Amino acid sequence: MTTIGWLQIALYLVVLLALVRPLGWYMARVYEGQNVGLNTLLAPLERLLYRLCGTRVEEGQSWKQYAVAVILFNALGMLVVYGLQRLQSALPLNPASLGAVTPDSAFNTAASFASNTNWQGYSGEVTMSYLAQMLGLNVQNFLSAASGMAVLVALIRGLRARTEASIGNFWVDLTRSTLYILLPLALILALALVSQGVVQSFDPYVEVPLLQGTTDGDGNPVTTQTLPMGPAASQIAIKQLGTNGGGFFNTNSAHPFENPTPLANFLELLAILLIPAALCFTFGTMVGDRRQGWALLAAMTLLFVPFVLLAAIQEQAGTPQLAALGVDLTASDQQAGGNMEGKEARFGIASSALWAAATTAASNGSVNSMHGSYTPLGGLAPLFLMQLGEVVFGGVGSGLYGLLIFAIIAVFIAGLMVGRTPEYLGKKIETFEMKMASLVILIPCVVVLFFTALAVATPWGKGALYEPAISYTSIYNPGAHGFSEVLYAFSSQGNNNGSAFAGLGANNPFYNTTGGLAMLIARYWLMVPVLAIAGSLAARRTVPAGPGTLPTHTPLFVVLLIGVVIIVGALTFIPALALGPIVEQLLMLGL
Amino acid sequence: MTPQPQSRPLFERAIVRHAVLASFQKLDPRVQIRNPVMFVVLVGAVLTTALWLQALFGRGEAPARFIFAVSVWLWFTVLFTNFAEAMAEGRGKAQAETLRRARRDVQARRLKGPRYGAPYSIVASGELRAGDVVLVEAGDIIPSDGEVLEGIASVNESAITGESAPVIRESGGDRSAVTGGTTVLSDWLVVRITANPGETFLDRMIGMVEGAKRQKTPNEIALNILLAALTIIFLLATATLLPFSLFAVEANGSGAPVTVTVLVALLICLIPTTIGGLLSAIGIAGMDRMIQANVIAMSGRAVEAAGDVDVLLLDKTGTITLGNRQAVAFIPADGVSEQHLADAAQLASLADETPEGRSIVVLAKEKYGIRERSVHELGAEFVPFTAQTRMSGVNLNGNLIRKGASDSIQRYVEGQGGSFPPEVHSIVENIARNGGTPLVVADRATVLGVVQLKDIVKGGMKERFGELRRMGIKTVMITGDNPLTAAAIAAEAGVDDFLAEATPEAKLQLIREYQTGGRLVAMTGDGTNDAPALAQADVAVAMNSGTQAAREAGNMVDLDSNPTKLIEVVAIGKQLLITRGALTTFSIANDVAKYFAIIPAAFAATYPQLNALNLMGLTSPASAIVSAVIFNALIIPALIPLALRGVRYRAVGAARLLRRNLLIYGLGGLVAPFAGIKLIDLALTTLGLV
Repeated sequence: MTTIGWLQIALYLVVLLALVRPLGWYMARVYEGQNVGLNTLLAPLERLLYRLCGTRVEEGQSWKQYAVAVILFNALGMLVVYGLQRLQSALPLNPASLGAVTPDSAFNTAASFASNTNWQGYSGEVTMSYLAQMLGLNVQNFLSAASGMAVLVALIRGLRARTEASIGNFWVDLTRSTLYILLPLALILALALVSQGVVQSFDPYVEVPLLQGTTDGDGNPVTTQTLPMGPAASQIAIKQLGTNGGGFFNTNSAHPFENPTPLANFLELLAILLIPAALCFTFGTMVGDRRQGWALLAAMTLLFVPFVLLAAIQEQAGTPQLAALGVDLTASDQQAGGNMEGKEARFGIASSALWAAATTAASNGSVNSMHGSYTPLGGLAPLFLMQLGEVVFGGVGSGLYGLLIFAIIAVFIAGLMVGRTPEYLGKKIETFEMKMASLVILIPCVVVLFFTALAVATPWGKGALYEPAISYTSIYNPGAHGFSEVLYAFSSQGNNNGSAFAGLGANNPFYNTTGGLAMLIARYWLMVPVLAIAGSLAARRTVPAGPGTLPTHTPLFVVLLIGVVIIVGALTFIPALALGPIVEQLLMLGL
Repeated sequence: MTPQPQSRPLFERAIVRHAVLASFQKLDPRVQIRNPVMFVVLVGAVLTTALWLQALFGRGEAPARFIFAVSVWLWFTVLFTNFAEAMAEGRGKAQAETLRRARRDVQARRLKGPRYGAPYSIVASGELRAGDVVLVEAGDIIPSDGEVLEGIASVNESAITGESAPVIRESGGDRSAVTGGTTVLSDWLVVRITANPGETFLDRMIGMVEGAKRQKTPNEIALNILLAALTIIFLLATATLLPFSLFAVEANGSGAPVTVTVLVALLICLIPTTIGGLLSAIGIAGMDRMIQANVIAMSGRAVEAAGDVDVLLLDKTGTITLGNRQAVAFIPADGVSEQHLADAAQLASLADETPEGRSIVVLAKEKYGIRERSVHELGAEFVPFTAQTRMSGVNLNGNLIRKGASDSIQRYVEGQGGSFPPEVHSIVENIARNGGTPLVVADRATVLGVVQLKDIVKGGMKERFGELRRMGIKTVMITGDNPLTAAAIAAEAGVDDFLAEATPEAKLQLIREYQTGGRLVAMTGDGTNDAPALAQADVAVAMNSGTQAAREAGNMVDLDSNPTKLIEVVAIGKQLLITRGALTTFSIANDVAKYFAIIPAAFAATYPQLNALNLMGLTSPASAIVSAVIFNALIIPALIPLALRGVRYRAVGAARLLRRNLLIYGLGGLVAPFAGIKLIDLALTTLGLV
């Protein structure tokens, strides 16, 4: 790869890690209810909200109450999004006069945005009215992210509590996450993006003459082009920051109106991992031992970098097939070289590969290049990052609570080897925690494998790959790549990522329904056990650490945690990966 | 014969023979269902056997020889696991057998009234209920557990403790408990029975040792849940391979889908059979090691908790120090020679049979060469210790030599018309401040000097406490001494903290304080006044020589009545947990190599390119799969010795322990199967079996 390419990756990591401390510190103060400087402005608004909703700030909730609140609130959000889509033709702010979204697609999209997945079976510009995008999708972009952060904060409280019944108040955590963290950050980012040329308007779509005319499939001349417009910048800011990822336009951040300049690209890329990374510091601060937070951040970073490199090196290497066609694969000042299929020339290899890894490490799912066009191993990087359970940074809140569950598992297995019953942060890990932690590990694996098997074993699933009758005019990628596409789709939805491996026609009743179910299960069947662990740990007394206690902030523990994450992911998915990207790579190399 | 539970060779022939038989009996699905991991293996074995039969009739999915090989080794996997468990149980059973011999049905004399001499009737010991009162006399076997109401007798408890020296049992005090199965050697006892048939100490011991009533411990249950979750994940990962493979064949347009036999083989190799198969053996063996240390744990939970102990409460007397104070120095008053003082002190102590008195005679001999004399030969008159005078001594040739506490001697000397020298006062104070006990010696009106008595800290205690500190365990000495004395002894013994002037309430309070702070407390005790504290402590080791109350309050009983046994108890608890963790890690790490063996082989027909993953260069797909299955089966018996003996525990910090064990069992578990599977494949190839 080019020197500039390497520097881009290095610069990205440096800036990201430099921001962890200030933002993490800020968020910890927000959740502790301390003054963060914005209070004069926002505290009256916060109090007004509580008064309107009848929330009693000091009233703690048990884990069950907390879980019921999260789920009811998210169910309501889902219902609103569904309604807005189905009724959009009768509602205002629909300049392109788009009709009602089909029930299965509307269900899939509602589940997708409520669960912070932002899988998009639809194309935004030809499906959603401005109202549906703003009031439905964009509101969920904030609230689903805030829900994830709230659950994380509840788990942190459970870990640090000493025999308490409450793990906090969901409504307060939700309000503070949104008001003090997501809104200010999104505002700043949106303004920065607008300055770079991202569109933000209510104007109708614009018709412009083509510079160079062309013909359509039937041979008719085409001389004009419709440019979609809309309130994009405000949505893009939060979709990056809240690990949502649902683009305003179909091609997501590969679209020039969503991601116009290198600086815009860098900022959007930074926003993907910003909050998940900073939450590690928040965690360390809140449990009173920052080393614990740094250890988790180190594990995330060390898991992340190799996948960035895998994607970048594989893409830069290109393929023998491209070389055989006489394509010049060498990188130079004039061209990026390597496999540029499905990538924007203005971003090149490094920024595309870095984005691909970041967006799948975090459960973001926005793209600035098409992962389906990556080399097999280059595409394996984002696929496997999702299959690790979205704990390498992961979703805002959800990534860290997922990794904390892995930490509990790691402590359980290896903790025994120091001759004590396992404990994490002074809390004994017992039968109930193991039951719940096992569910958290088990459910995404079950969802991904079950639905993938269902799809490749049934005509409905294979239809999207093979049968022209279901709106496709040609056989899309048969063989191992076709399998990768299905596996990717469910890995993405079953881990609440939302990115797609283009090439799979997923906007049909089968994929919309199974995908919607996968997203809902993966989100809420994980949140509930996590909250259950929070509640059970909160009620438990804290064992003070001594020389006989397994330290969980050391490099050794970081290695152990990485090992557990990789081994669980690898053992579950290696057979499937062998039939997808791995064999594809071997076939490509002609072995 | 010493019927003491003792260490046995790992593979005793009788136990092995019995275990082999039991391995087959345990194939009963009702037994297997208790262990979800092994139940899956059993189902796999049955399934492949059916597939083999199908293949024999010519409609098999793969060559019958291949299916047969897989099937046989799956059966072996189950049998090896059963064997491991039966071995562990067998060792326990053998121990129980020696105990059971003590539990003979004997005739008992049931008294009509709770006093010696009351009329009695002869009943079988099995008919005795709690509350009955019996009489036992010299030569009788005590019929059941009970408490002495009347009498004093020497009792041989070797049937329980293995210790042949008789012990004294008497009413009241800390030595009032008797155990069924022990023999009265002299005199008689009136005993109130405290246990119903089947609930006696001996019964409980036998039950625990045999593992008959063994319940899974909390940590074992939690681990089982994790193993079950992993099993479900692997079940799904292998089951979905069938549709994936069918799709691959369809998409590729060539090849054959993976066979059920291969999927079963893959599944069994992946699920954590190694730890799943050895888990219960590890638990039983942990209990067994306790018994070999002569400690009976009343529950597996207590053994597990022992590993977690972070505070250890130890009685000073008898645990940290020798039971009695000993003379260490003679400090003469002004104008008196040391030799003179020693001579007088020795004379005063000749007839004093208390350990303190003996130690003065010994010191005088060792330090001043004053040999022991006979009081009678000297024609001396011994003045015994009385509660009024609070001193003892000897009258000889007009010398009236007395020794005693400084205030008693002061009164005596002043009564004789002498005076108590001030420098002796300061010597006395000095000794007391340094944790010693001063005994002043006087002859008529003259104070000769002071004998310094001192608690003698047992040899090697400092090292043991250092070891505990490295384990992360804080030691607290409990003593009735004043704080000054206690501090001096605590410093000498090297304990971390002490509780002086301890009362039963203060002990209980201390334990509660530590527990509120989240610490796990262990303590030893023997007296009835220890019982509340024992009941409160998380790990409570009662001395077998102690009272019934103490033994019931504790969750372990030390048959040797050795208070420092706690250190071993903690080590055994830790060892149990480490063994569990190490084998879990090993088992999971093993899977990586198995994937490299089986995945290329399983899809060889559809995607021969995957042979690039055949890192071990295994001969053929069939040999690769069979080798992996064989390795998976053989690793279980290979690890039986480790499971039964336990991973060695060293008293080093947690970080070092983790690094070491991760290296051995984590990295080792990653690498070992690569070598093992390759070797098995080579052997199969050389023998022409594949």
